[in-house]
Amino acid sequence: MKIKSPKDFWSGLMFVASGLFFAIWAITHYQMGTAVRMGPAYFPTMLGGLMVVLGLMILASGLAMQGPKVPPFRFRPLLMISLGLVLYGYLMKPLGLVGATAALVYVGALGGHEFRWKEVTILYVILILFSWLVFVKGLSLPFPLWPAAYS
Amino acid sequence: MEVFANLWMGFGVAFTLQNLFYAFVGCILGTLIGVLPGIGPVATIAMLLPITFNLNPLSALIMLAGIYYGAQYGGSTTAILVNIPGESSSVVTCLDGYQMARQGRAGPALAIAALGSFFAGCVATLIIAVAAPPLAEVALKFGPSEYFSLMVFGLIAATVLAHGSLIKAIAMVVWGLLFGIIGTDVNSGVLRFTFDIPELSDGIGFVIVAMGMFGATEIIMNLEQGEHREIFATKVKNLWLTMEDFKAAWPAVLRGTALGSCLGILPGGGALLASFGAYTVEKKVSKNPERFGKGAIQGVAGPESANNAGAQTSFIPMLTLGIPGNAVMALMIGALMIQGIAPGPQVMNEKPQLFWGLIASMWIGNLMLVVLNLPLIGMWVKLLTVPYRYLFPSILVFMAIGVYSLSNNPFDVLIMAVFGILGYVCAKLECEPAPMILGFILGPLMEENLRRAMLLSRGDPTVFFTKPISAAFMIASLILLVVVALPAIRKKREEAFAEETK
Repeated sequence: MKIKSPKDFWSGLMFVASGLFFAIWAITHYQMGTAVRMGPAYFPTMLGGLMVVLGLMILASGLAMQGPKVPPFRFRPLLMISLGLVLYGYLMKPLGLVGATAALVYVGALGGHEFRWKEVTILYVILILFSWLVFVKGLSLPFPLWPAAYS
Repeated sequence: MEVFANLWMGFGVAFTLQNLFYAFVGCILGTLIGVLPGIGPVATIAMLLPITFNLNPLSALIMLAGIYYGAQYGGSTTAILVNIPGESSSVVTCLDGYQMARQGRAGPALAIAALGSFFAGCVATLIIAVAAPPLAEVALKFGPSEYFSLMVFGLIAATVLAHGSLIKAIAMVVWGLLFGIIGTDVNSGVLRFTFDIPELSDGIGFVIVAMGMFGATEIIMNLEQGEHREIFATKVKNLWLTMEDFKAAWPAVLRGTALGSCLGILPGGGALLASFGAYTVEKKVSKNPERFGKGAIQGVAGPESANNAGAQTSFIPMLTLGIPGNAVMALMIGALMIQGIAPGPQVMNEKPQLFWGLIASMWIGNLMLVVLNLPLIGMWVKLLTVPYRYLFPSILVFMAIGVYSLSNNPFDVLIMAVFGILGYVCAKLECEPAPMILGFILGPLMEENLRRAMLLSRGDPTVFFTKPISAAFMIASLILLVVVALPAIRKKREEAFAEETK
């Protein structure tokens, strides 16, 4: 067996795995019920099964027909953007808007093509001012501005 | 005429200072993100959704709607001047619009795009006003089996009209449905797929999913590609159309408006499909099709009218049935739900001011857009010179604030990042995120209606085919599937979408 169309093959595999997961988890953890009175497992099991069938069809076509390669993954932007967002969320309470935005802007900017300290810092200051004016002052969202230790 | 009385009332509510202000804000924002490539209406509306909680429902909807059709105007500006489609629905405008600009006719191209859009917007507003009430009337009689079949039809139509592989699109819909039912099961109170994480017991907010898969993914994909933009026409002179231009363009505007209005109503339709359809039609009916791609004014007038008409008529299924035809409409439904309004046919009767006010505001918004766009074109073009390395951290900050403010919970931001990564993987594997979002929003609704229908029919699944309206939806879905699976049509469909990827 040779993978002729990697895009189809891998996406098929992704669908099969995910469908199987949902269906098996539903069957083993929740009640099935009957068609008249559907239990919590009924709908997800149906959908999971359907997804496995669809995934197998895509997988099969990935083996049968010639198709394009999966373009290479570039991990830097992917990692930096995701990490920046997660940091923002988890640093908001301990470090306040000032700290969380710093983490997001600097880490996020590392995912770009070029990183210039001066530019990013100016951008950071502008974004902090904007966030503070619009969201904290304007829309009165309950964000702490400064790290928790200082306020 | 009841329609006019209703519209009159709508104008009454829309013409308050506050609502005019929000229509203006929406139009400005829409044009802005329409001009800027790399951020679309879906991500913007998702970002602003938490903020709309503080507004009254009408102002919130007016602003969000303004963003959607404002983006259609803004997108065409960059398509014509810089050959970059700011929005995906302006891709075809690049073909002839940019050529016109290169021949020194950027002015007429921009003028016809704006005027065509305005005309289409006016017509589409009227169509909504006339068509929506009877549709809602019919929809009020729908039972659970009709609703279930309608949703099946909607989802299938959405996948047929989406580009890329059909089976992949259906698989994405199913995946979306599954993600949608994460959380507490309303019937039994059982926590499904929550893995003992308390935050998941209410389900995943679809704003978070939409922002991850459209916002974060978009940024990551943009950063992978290099940054190169050149601006061709910095000075736009002479915005007036000659008599000749006008004569050539007006039939195209009419055809584009008609086609766009029809395609917009279809689930999965909306602005994108409308513009592609209109370009193909213009090329077909033209006496000299060889002029297309070399600066034919019809190639700008048709698609630009169509995408605006489609953007507006896609509100019809959302307003009358409570069913979103595309991702933007899914977000609009989310905006209604944030306000505690259950979307569906009853909205028109229970909240006539909301309904007619929104429709009236569309017309006002369109007028604002013409005024905003034509004289201020120089300013919008200047915006394009802002490098992406300033833009993307700003977008990131707005996304993060938006999601965090939903419930002040870092977990939401984490989920957004997870869906951003998932969206990235899907993009690499050529799986479209839009069908997944539709499935995601319809998941709980579909399960609920399936359960009720089966309970009423005592477990007999043929009920979906024996009730006439339900059967009609089911048969229509089957026909759609069969038709698209036929090799000849599949080839045509691939050709139609191939033009986009060029």
